[in-house]
Amino acid sequence: MADPYPIHVALRDVTKTFQSKLGSIDALGPIDLELRQGEFFAVVGPSGCGKSTLLDIMAALAPPSSGTVTFEGRAIGTSVPDGVGVVFQENACFPWLNVADNITFGLRRQPIEQMEIERRLQYALQLMGLNDFARAFPAQLSGGMRQRVCIARTLVMQPRLILLDEPFGALDQQTRLLMGDELLRIWRATGATVLLITHALDEAAMLADRVAVMSARPGRIMEVIETGWPRDRDSRIVSDPEFGVITARLWSLLRAQSLHALRPDTA
Amino acid sequence: MHVHLYRLLAVVLAVALLEILCRGHVIPPLTLPAPSLIALGLLGVLAHGTFNAAIVKTLTNVGLAIALAVTIGTIAGAALHRAPTLRTLLEPLFSTYYAIPIYAFYPLFIVVFGLGDAPQVTIGFMLAVVSMIVSTLAGLDSVPPVLGKTARILQLGPVATVRSVTLPYAAPYLFTGVKLAIAYAFIGVIGAEFIMSNTGLGYEIRFAYDNLDNNVMYPLILLILLIAVVVNMSLDYWERVLRSRRERA
Repeated sequence: MADPYPIHVALRDVTKTFQSKLGSIDALGPIDLELRQGEFFAVVGPSGCGKSTLLDIMAALAPPSSGTVTFEGRAIGTSVPDGVGVVFQENACFPWLNVADNITFGLRRQPIEQMEIERRLQYALQLMGLNDFARAFPAQLSGGMRQRVCIARTLVMQPRLILLDEPFGALDQQTRLLMGDELLRIWRATGATVLLITHALDEAAMLADRVAVMSARPGRIMEVIETGWPRDRDSRIVSDPEFGVITARLWSLLRAQSLHALRPDTA
Repeated sequence: MHVHLYRLLAVVLAVALLEILCRGHVIPPLTLPAPSLIALGLLGVLAHGTFNAAIVKTLTNVGLAIALAVTIGTIAGAALHRAPTLRTLLEPLFSTYYAIPIYAFYPLFIVVFGLGDAPQVTIGFMLAVVSMIVSTLAGLDSVPPVLGKTARILQLGPVATVRSVTLPYAAPYLFTGVKLAIAYAFIGVIGAEFIMSNTGLGYEIRFAYDNLDNNVMYPLILLILLIAVVVNMSLDYWERVLRSRRERA
């Protein structure tokens, strides 16, 4: 039976090898993966398994050593395709610009009318709860708020594919749960396809429609788990018994791989 | 606020002490006239306009040296940042550069550039440019890689990335470079005027010194001091404005 969801992003036999003084290091793959239009997809894996490399390849920030990546049916080249937004773990705010200027930084370099820029800015400020901080500078904000600014800067570009590289990695647990709720709200509001790279199993289990579990380096997709959550969900599903089942399943798959990543000789 | 007051008080007390020592002839008038007399002399010199041409000449040459050093230093620093092999080759030169007595080359500059303003501007430029290159390199090194990735995601080309992301991020370092470049340009130009020139403030101070004309020499030294202090204080103010936005309030 044909898949009812169109394929938005497809990776075929993607590998990545790094050259170093010690020789070549196989970091990733081969990976075959398909992201469906409008789904929330998470990737979990042990440290150093190549999760961020996978994201860099999908965003055209790094070329694959072999294989192909297609976005909306077109092969990704060397420049970042139009319609792709990325939020990184590190603070990527521009410290010399205030919140409003940070958010509209990309917009102002596009042929977009000032009124439209203002409309998108107000929408993003509202959506991310930054209305009172439009004139504040990043140094005056908490880590969580700076990350919201970065998400808002991505959203105003109206990406059809949002790639998130451990965006809440530097935040405390409570803030992460609340930011997860906001992320779900944004995902529903925009209809974009979201790929979340995370090391937090509970985050992946709570947010995603599907979770891919990666092996230790060189990272391969071991299994893709369907969570089966309704689209209209929030962080309260952590008290659902099924959440525990999914998290336990993810951990059972990852435990051996994480041990292998920590002590390669014992696995 | 108290700190500013104490600083001002320290300067006023030092000047007052100097005034007392000069007025009491502890310091002979031929060695140093009283500060109040130097200040009055400066007012007289400025009102008379005798040295206006020299002042304009020096400030123009310093301005030229600064503009050249800042422009070329920033471009060279940005280019070297993208050429790691060349940078590795040149870095030992930068670290030992200020050990080279540039003035030793002054006769060579005269042979090459003639007796006009060019040798003075060249010395000012040569003293200033390396501080600008080194500051630009330090600033660009400080840019987190994630900002470069962000620029690519936002579809910025290499030139737009340098102009809109890396240089603004490196601005505090560049500002330090500009401050040093200004100081070195003053030292270079006025020093060159002292050694071999027939115009400019440096030349006039040396001429007054040779003729034991303290009524001109000290007011002109005070003028240079005042220009340096005013320029430096204005730069400090703008540096504080620049940094205050980036540091936690």
